[in-house]
Amino acid sequence: MGIVSPGFQGRPRRGDTRLPPGQYLTEGFPVLSAGPTPRIPTDRWEFVITTETGQEYRWSWADLMALPSETPTVDIHCVTKWSKLGTIWQGVSLDTLFTEVDSAADFALVHSYGGYTTNLPLEDLLDGQAWIAYRYEGEALAPEHGGPARLLVPHLYFWKSAKWVRGIQLLLTDEPGFWETAGYHNYGDPWREQRYQGD
Amino acid sequence: MTEGYAGLGGYDGYGYDGYEDGNALAGPLREIFTVDVTAATCRCVSCGRTGEVATLRVYRHAPGLVARCPGCDAVVLRLTRAPHAAWLDLKGTTALRIPMSEDAVSV
Repeated sequence: MGIVSPGFQGRPRRGDTRLPPGQYLTEGFPVLSAGPTPRIPTDRWEFVITTETGQEYRWSWADLMALPSETPTVDIHCVTKWSKLGTIWQGVSLDTLFTEVDSAADFALVHSYGGYTTNLPLEDLLDGQAWIAYRYEGEALAPEHGGPARLLVPHLYFWKSAKWVRGIQLLLTDEPGFWETAGYHNYGDPWREQRYQGD
Repeated sequence: MTEGYAGLGGYDGYGYDGYEDGNALAGPLREIFTVDVTAATCRCVSCGRTGEVATLRVYRHAPGLVARCPGCDAVVLRLTRAPHAAWLDLKGTTALRIPMSEDAVSV
């Protein structure tokens, strides 16, 4: 037996290895909001990808529902330090939405109904990393959680997963969003604890 | 305001929409200013409404404090508090008129 027993400090509890630094587990689903909750009827909802040349790609709610969906099970991490493991969503992969989009942009600025924005590199939205999610745990996504549809980018802090998403603007140069212009980190990797500017 | 919104806050059927009045800013702003900024008058850049900071609608269940105009919902003030710094964004107000004591004016 070695000097340091593997059990000396106790085994990690189940889930600990999935918890980024500084985070705590929650079983609830806290509601964070920087303004009034938008109520967007699905018959008036639309999602628009706008390229750096101004070309627009539009989807109505019916268009979105007609696309193949996925049911990712993902861990989510809020910059206010709660994490929730194994959340089950349904939505359309952004890979599907970007299939026909012709762009040379490297950056994305996500826009929401209500005026919220958040920015991230375009590559973080592709390759199976992001969805337009419209169901949560088998139910239609509630307005307070961003329904009828929100962006889901679970590998970044959850403020990047914009509620009430209405579109993505593709940009050649990065443009910081709502929290990114108010002290929060431009990228927001929870595993590197990139909470604030300078982290 | 975009059509289809719940309105200007209050009970929305799922819980309170989350705002308090601007007096909720008193403590956090006291960390930064020596005067009570909630008594200051601000003018909303978006709609021109003028009123005391204390009358703003403050959303604090968020990564930072977000104070919105009660007239048009535009963001007037944002305050993010990190462990070693605070970010105060006032681009939603044209100016703050801060009541001052004449005794405090140096000559």
